[in-house]
Amino acid sequence: MAEEVTMNPYLPYPAVIDAVTVESEDGNLKTFRLVLESRQDREKWNHTPGQFAMLSIAGKGEIPIGIASSPTEKGGLLFTVNRAGVVTTALHKMNVGDPIGVRGPLGNGFPVDTDLRAKNIVIIAGGFAFTTLRATLIYMLEHRQEYGRITVIYGARTPGMLLYKEELRAWQERDDLDVHITVDREAPGWDGLVGFVPTIAGQVCPSPDNSAALICGPPIMIKFTMPPLVKAGWTDSQVYLSLENRMKCGIGICGHCNVGPVYVCKDGPVFTREEVQKLPVEF
Amino acid sequence: MKPLVVEKAQAGSWLRKLCQEFDVFGPVETKKGFYNWKRLDGTIVPHIPQGVAKVSIKTFFFPQPEVMFEFDARPTDPEAFRPIEPHCDFNPRVLFGVRPCDARSVALNAMPYREDPYFQRKRKETTIVAFLCEEGCLTCFCTLTGGSPVGIEGADMAVTELETGFFLEPVTEKGLRLLDYEFFRKPTAQEKSIAQERKKGAQKSVEDTASKLRSKDLMDLYNAHFWAAVAESCINCGACTFLCPTCYCFDIQDEALRGKGRRIRYWDSCMFPLFTQHASGHNPRGEKLKRVRNRFMHKLKYFPDRFGPISCVGCGRCVRDCPVNIDIRQVMEGLMEV
Repeated sequence: MAEEVTMNPYLPYPAVIDAVTVESEDGNLKTFRLVLESRQDREKWNHTPGQFAMLSIAGKGEIPIGIASSPTEKGGLLFTVNRAGVVTTALHKMNVGDPIGVRGPLGNGFPVDTDLRAKNIVIIAGGFAFTTLRATLIYMLEHRQEYGRITVIYGARTPGMLLYKEELRAWQERDDLDVHITVDREAPGWDGLVGFVPTIAGQVCPSPDNSAALICGPPIMIKFTMPPLVKAGWTDSQVYLSLENRMKCGIGICGHCNVGPVYVCKDGPVFTREEVQKLPVEF
Repeated sequence: MKPLVVEKAQAGSWLRKLCQEFDVFGPVETKKGFYNWKRLDGTIVPHIPQGVAKVSIKTFFFPQPEVMFEFDARPTDPEAFRPIEPHCDFNPRVLFGVRPCDARSVALNAMPYREDPYFQRKRKETTIVAFLCEEGCLTCFCTLTGGSPVGIEGADMAVTELETGFFLEPVTEKGLRLLDYEFFRKPTAQEKSIAQERKKGAQKSVEDTASKLRSKDLMDLYNAHFWAAVAESCINCGACTFLCPTCYCFDIQDEALRGKGRRIRYWDSCMFPLFTQHASGHNPRGEKLKRVRNRFMHKLKYFPDRFGPISCVGCGRCVRDCPVNIDIRQVMEGLMEV
């Protein structure tokens, strides 16, 4: 017999755009701060870094976007959105005060309170895939004593394409954090690292002992980041990746995001590389 | 629950009563040889054809399209985005003359749809009266999929057709509820034994396809040599996915007109290239072979690995209506040999 379902997981929480920040020089990346309207919804909301949410624009549709803020941050949820399709283009035209829907949090997130505890953490990010890793990093800095050494390797095409520039500067000042920011090519006014993320990862290459690496970026970056890590003794079970696929329902029913037997939306988006290696390459 | 019998002469009166209380649907011959689900008004007792109707009963649990909620669509209005769930817009329903394969498909779909309120609500409000099969048709193969021509999985009532009446066995409380009238009598010992014999005589499941496929290595099946041959003739029309009672993938879209909007979902098909295409243009299943393989792998490996049974009830619709004669039975055979 069918069991009673009381909650409707397809209904978004009404929310409002509270702040908009243009992140990149080309204007295609914006960070939106969203505040859920009802206090009840705000109190109920609880996410893990690495999870995502469905953003709803009435009449346009829904899009899955990684949550860029840490649950430890108050005052709203952050989403950094690349303008790419119908819904993201509509979102980019929206302003502070506009209504929006938020459905989530969805997916599994990084195991920040379990497998990653007490480990040395290496965060490797390329381009705008840095968003959920920002959430993870903020969370870890908030619970700094729970983790060992933390290394951040983050690269973008140009200095102007780097996300969260002020925070990057602040992180570089910290003693308890090892931050390497790189851009693909020399650029006027840039005195930091130059080179692709895999190259920098190979140079920095932290020891794999009691460590975990969280890697988000374009597939090509992930592909070339692995060899230097493997050479340094890293194994697939120490490497966490966040997959993305086209999604509709976000709760493992509609069939769009499956990679073989797993649903990226429900079983992921975070998988160890060991898990990913057992799957068909359909992401 | 005790079985009852309704004489064929009385069946019309019973159905009329049901039509007063429920929305009753049955297979009706709309074109010669084509049966489709139509609302019954109680004037006729439909002849239940051998085999299945053209369209599966998933349409009752998963309408095409289905309104998920409504909203005010002016994005500039601060009051705009308040999703409102639509009222349940249907009466309790009876599906009369469902074949066991279609009934079983509802039970299988309920596994992934466990937390889906729309599907569950419809299932709760729908009573399935299944007519057990005396003989199969050329294209059906329920016994290969873990089902049976006399199976009752997913059904609320099982019906065996007798010479002069129908032998009615309620399976659930919902089914029992349909017998809450005065048209019935207790079956005679002879009728009971006829119904019994019918079941005993039915073709048994030939082998446990699901457990065999579950025990095989996923990537071995994925990399099987025959996928290219299966996919070669496929034209990605998606007919199989729309006719299949256990193909349940959907798309969600917004529709807005003059400040009012609704979010709808409707049947989608993994045969279509856009199904998986990212906004960036990247497509994880951009090639036809990958899409064809995904459909069969989902039914025969991914689904059983997650839920147990294979996601196929052997109704044979895809075999019957595939324009290029792709036959899932051959794919099953191929996978079993890997």
